[in-house]
Amino acid sequence: MISAEHLTKHFGAFTAIEDVSFEVARGEIVGFLGPNGAGKSTTMRILAGVFPPSLGRVRIDGQDMVADALRARALVGYFPERAALYVEMTVAHYLTYVGEMKGLRRAAARRDAAAAMANCSLEPVAGRLIGTLSKGFRQRVGIAQALVGAPRVLILDEPTAGLDPEQVADMRALIRGLRAERTVILSTHILSEVEATCDRVIIIHRGRVLALDTPANLTRRVRRGAQIVVEVVGPAEAVAAVLRAESGVIAVDVQAPAADGGARLIVSTDAERDLRTALAAAVARHGWGLRELRPNIITLEDIFLTLVADDPPAPTASTRHETAGHLSA
Amino acid sequence: MKLLVICRRELHAYFGSIVAYVLLAVFLVLSGYFFYSDLIFFVLFGGFTMATGLWQFVFLDMRLVAMLILPLVTMRLFAEERKLGTMELLWTYPVRDGEIVLGKFLAAWLFFVAMLLPTAIGPLVFHHFQPFAVPPVLAGYLGMLLLGSAFIACGLFVSSLTENQVVSAMVTYGIIVLFWFLTWNEEVASYELMRWLLGISLFDRFFQFSRGVIDTQDVVFFILFISFFLFLTWQSLATRSWRGVR
Repeated sequence: MISAEHLTKHFGAFTAIEDVSFEVARGEIVGFLGPNGAGKSTTMRILAGVFPPSLGRVRIDGQDMVADALRARALVGYFPERAALYVEMTVAHYLTYVGEMKGLRRAAARRDAAAAMANCSLEPVAGRLIGTLSKGFRQRVGIAQALVGAPRVLILDEPTAGLDPEQVADMRALIRGLRAERTVILSTHILSEVEATCDRVIIIHRGRVLALDTPANLTRRVRRGAQIVVEVVGPAEAVAAVLRAESGVIAVDVQAPAADGGARLIVSTDAERDLRTALAAAVARHGWGLRELRPNIITLEDIFLTLVADDPPAPTASTRHETAGHLSA
Repeated sequence: MKLLVICRRELHAYFGSIVAYVLLAVFLVLSGYFFYSDLIFFVLFGGFTMATGLWQFVFLDMRLVAMLILPLVTMRLFAEERKLGTMELLWTYPVRDGEIVLGKFLAAWLFFVAMLLPTAIGPLVFHHFQPFAVPPVLAGYLGMLLLGSAFIACGLFVSSLTENQVVSAMVTYGIIVLFWFLTWNEEVASYELMRWLLGISLFDRFFQFSRGVIDTQDVVFFILFISFFLFLTWQSLATRSWRGVR
């Protein structure tokens, strides 16, 4: 549905993104993940047709975003990082205007606006001026704006930024609800967001794609095997030695001992079987107290930090400077 | 027509804020006052014809007021959208840059027409009591429309360059005033240069209209001037490809 081929974008001497390629299939929700200034917004702007790439091309359902700009843009709904809206318009009036800009006739635009408002729970504020709305409502108006005209592709740049936890949950539910009929790319620097909503993750760092996979595959890729966290009241080194002797244990890593004499150990296992019962038995055999025993879930955060740490600074990185940062931010 | 959708939104933005009414009111009060004082002057001191004794002064005065007001009308057209960030969204809709430029130009132009229309009340009342030849007045209004459109096109272009509305208005004033004073130093300029400067001076071109004379050359000049600035505006929108969205 979305195909990005070798996208590169320069702003003067500053390279915002370099050789970014990926495909997104119909109905997929893909998360775009990266630290601030990694090139997320630049990529999304190119995908939405705000400006063309310096090199490479974008196709939306086969339509080239530069050569067939009007047809390609008609397929895309975009939510910009800054939820920029006309503050002097009412919500209903604004969404109708957006529908007309997307090529709908007045009556159809009104119907679409009403549908988008229903979708984003905006009916209570339909007649309010956008300038008087709270941040959460404005954000939803921005999403509704993207939904008007029923675009097949949605490109959402940090849709949950600046929302309170309850609003974030609502927004995620809304995005998940779109899955059936739409293809969605959303960017974020909040990892739990990607885990909560996305089928696949694209990790971007310093303008380049570091990884592109499902969250599960990424987890597997970063660490083979599984880890178990064990907290024991007993001599740390002795406990480590005992646990190391268990079959299936690859390594035992002793964390700083707790103030009350407890020892915290991270046990790496081969993941063939669940060693928790064996470990518990070993600890009990020596008369130590077992305080905690749980599998160490690898989060996207760990994956992200590992990948970013492994990424050597690219030669082009030297051309990046702070003043140009706002272009890609 | 996306152009009309854009135009309608711009007009809504104008009349949805107090600024439009203030600008309208100031324009009407000033041009009304000038019409009144020019009429008194004509009655007291007279002149050979109404065209050179009255209408010329009315339109030259109205021109000054338009010069004062129009940059304030055009300053927000693009600058505000850049500031708010709405420009970025506009670019993702299936609409051509040209339609955006023309839609905004049309909105400011209609606003100007709405400013100009009530100024006809004075002459109409005057005509009721003392019938006079109407064509020179119509020529003056045509000149006002062309001159105003030139100001608007220039202001639109400047507005597309910045996100700061004050900068937008000030630079527009700078350009317009430069065009006004361009021909004032005939003492130092050569004859050839002067002829050339007179050719591109908005105000010298307007002078003929104010006296009731419509010269095709002047009309063509204004249309070229307007087209040139609309073209520059259109080009300026394309700079986002290396300038980013601000």
